[in-house]
Amino acid sequence: MRSPNCLTALALLAVVPMPALAQAPAPQAEPQLIRAAVLRVDTPELPPISRLELPPEDLGFAGARLAIEDNDTTGRFMGQDFEAVEVAATPDTAGAELDRLLAEGIRFVVLLADDATTVALADKAGDRALVFNAAARGDALRGADCRANVIHTAPSHAMLADGLAQFLMWKRWPRWFLVHGSHPEDLALAEAWRRAATKFGAQIVEEREFTDTGGARSTDSGHVQVQAQLPVFTQRAPDYDIMITADENGVFAGYMPYHTWDARPVAGSAGLVPRSWHPALEAWGATQFQNRFERLANRPMREEDYQSWLALRMVGEAATQTRSAEPAQLRDFMLSPDFQVAGFKGQKLTLRDWDHQLRQPVLLTTGLLTTSVSPQDEYLHQTSPLDTLGIDRPETACKF
Amino acid sequence: MKHALAILLLTVATPALANKVYVTNEKGNDVTVIDGDTLEVLGSYPVGNRPRGITISPDGTELYVCASDDNLVRVFDPGTMQETHTLPSGPDPELFVLHPSGNPLYIANEDDNLVTVVDTKAHKVLAEIPVGVEPEGMGVSPDGKVVINTSETTNMAHFIDTDSFEITANVLVDSRPRFAQFSDDGSRLFVSSEIGGTVSVIDPASQQITRTIRFEIPGVLPEAIQPVGVRVTADGKKIFVALGPANRVAVVDGDTLEVTDYILVGQRVWQLAFTPDQKHLYTTNGNSNDVTVIDVATNTAVKSIPVGQQPWGVVVAPN
Repeated sequence: MRSPNCLTALALLAVVPMPALAQAPAPQAEPQLIRAAVLRVDTPELPPISRLELPPEDLGFAGARLAIEDNDTTGRFMGQDFEAVEVAATPDTAGAELDRLLAEGIRFVVLLADDATTVALADKAGDRALVFNAAARGDALRGADCRANVIHTAPSHAMLADGLAQFLMWKRWPRWFLVHGSHPEDLALAEAWRRAATKFGAQIVEEREFTDTGGARSTDSGHVQVQAQLPVFTQRAPDYDIMITADENGVFAGYMPYHTWDARPVAGSAGLVPRSWHPALEAWGATQFQNRFERLANRPMREEDYQSWLALRMVGEAATQTRSAEPAQLRDFMLSPDFQVAGFKGQKLTLRDWDHQLRQPVLLTTGLLTTSVSPQDEYLHQTSPLDTLGIDRPETACKF
Repeated sequence: MKHALAILLLTVATPALANKVYVTNEKGNDVTVIDGDTLEVLGSYPVGNRPRGITISPDGTELYVCASDDNLVRVFDPGTMQETHTLPSGPDPELFVLHPSGNPLYIANEDDNLVTVVDTKAHKVLAEIPVGVEPEGMGVSPDGKVVINTSETTNMAHFIDTDSFEITANVLVDSRPRFAQFSDDGSRLFVSSEIGGTVSVIDPASQQITRTIRFEIPGVLPEAIQPVGVRVTADGKKIFVALGPANRVAVVDGDTLEVTDYILVGQRVWQLAFTPDQKHLYTTNGNSNDVTVIDVATNTAVKSIPVGQQPWGVVVAPN
């Protein structure tokens, strides 16, 4: 909360005294302050191939602002006040910015960065802060490279791939044609698809790499070239049910639907896309959540916004439940088995103790709609159906 | 003679309304009216955009509908289903509760973190009370002194004094509280938590949770058990809880607070309403687009009646 809002909150406290505040401490004259930061590390990159996906300047920040509003509304009744400092950095300045935030005494940092930067900044923070990974999806980040001071609100590649795989198996579409990009993160994502195929009994009947040669972006002649080249690139594949694309940098997947040689649907990085959030979701009270966000940000909510909202809502929920503003106490509670948070996905979200990944349903979305939500009912699990998505306890490579 | 005429009018007027059941269809923008005696649909009537909460005045003359996307409450003649007037409601009214006397109306404004109090006779806003994030559930004590609002993201039941319009207590409950219902004697308050999967039993006098009711259904995932609507029989002996995507209504023993039965109904059951004689309980099943009629004495589903698109709320006209 910024200072003008702060005044409003204090005014409200004056107007709405709560004499018989049951089960909650009487609001103190000075509310408990819970501070956090949202650090977004922007790497220079080309614009997306669709102008509808241009990143807004407040990407991730807007979700954090909504979380702070939500937390403050509850905080009014608890005598708690929340704030989140927003910092946009470059890979060069991120370390110094983090140091500055930690020096100010901030103990909760929501990070929107790529995998390598996330590990580096988490190590830099060490035991000085609890870091929320609200963007990076790499499985290594939850596996061999995991860090005890990081909580992941972004779903992992494995969770997203498993979510889609369950749906494709439910559809009886087990034969996949996997096309992946040539960047290291594309190769990591392709590995998540191979793993999902093995896990759920699908078969990757063909695998091809689409090499990023720097062309084929959305230029005037781009679609002409695309129309000529993609059918050629995808022809002579063995019979398959669906094409799976693994394209983390938006190089080719967006063009793939309707340009394949065979008349087959496309999923993965384009077509039917597994996501943590989609602005068309209406179920489970999501309509009013979308409304609140759109009123605040004047745009639809993106995954980064949802994931930073979740991170700060976790902090808020911990503060409400423990009635504390003490960072160590909030952290311990978030990492305890008692912790749960609601995220407009129809069930409580909890943390995996083996890698600090937030369990959550995966939305399978097309351009305008949510097509399905995984886990699919048919996939059972002894602990939680959500643990059918991603790396389960016996498989984890994470050691804290 | 005048007297006799008045009595005659009364006796004529009553059967036309008695046992009529009104169901809001959230996606269909209309209300389906059912004859509670024959269990047949009498018709459906447009009521504005995204109708959700619905209630009726104690004398049965005014039917109130939260037209969420119109940002107002529309009032209908329950006999003709003609709109008579509207009431200011504040933005995005979702659910409301009428003071036992019939005035005022307490409305949860889901998008604005407010409870709006509206005079149903003067048609004006009496107060706006800031509450937690996403207010939804609204309950009123039988003596009309306390109104309860539940806020779904703040996870609290707020106690509001109906004289001062001030919050007097906040009780933290489990995740996503959707509904608040007092027992008829006012001794107990039931608050359902959709994501928490529980019903909190609260002592209104001390504002302490005295018991948490949990649910377990063989063959149904715990995640699918999402309590929403709650109704308590007049004698307090049975508590009915709608369990959302578990597609069941739980029957809870009023004395032991143990679950005694699960009644299979339609899909995504949210809201409940008794007939005035409490022989039947109606459930709104949002995903199967129907209502289920439950026989209260035997805990059995009697009939499913197709209504409109995504039925949300239900109310039965008083005798």
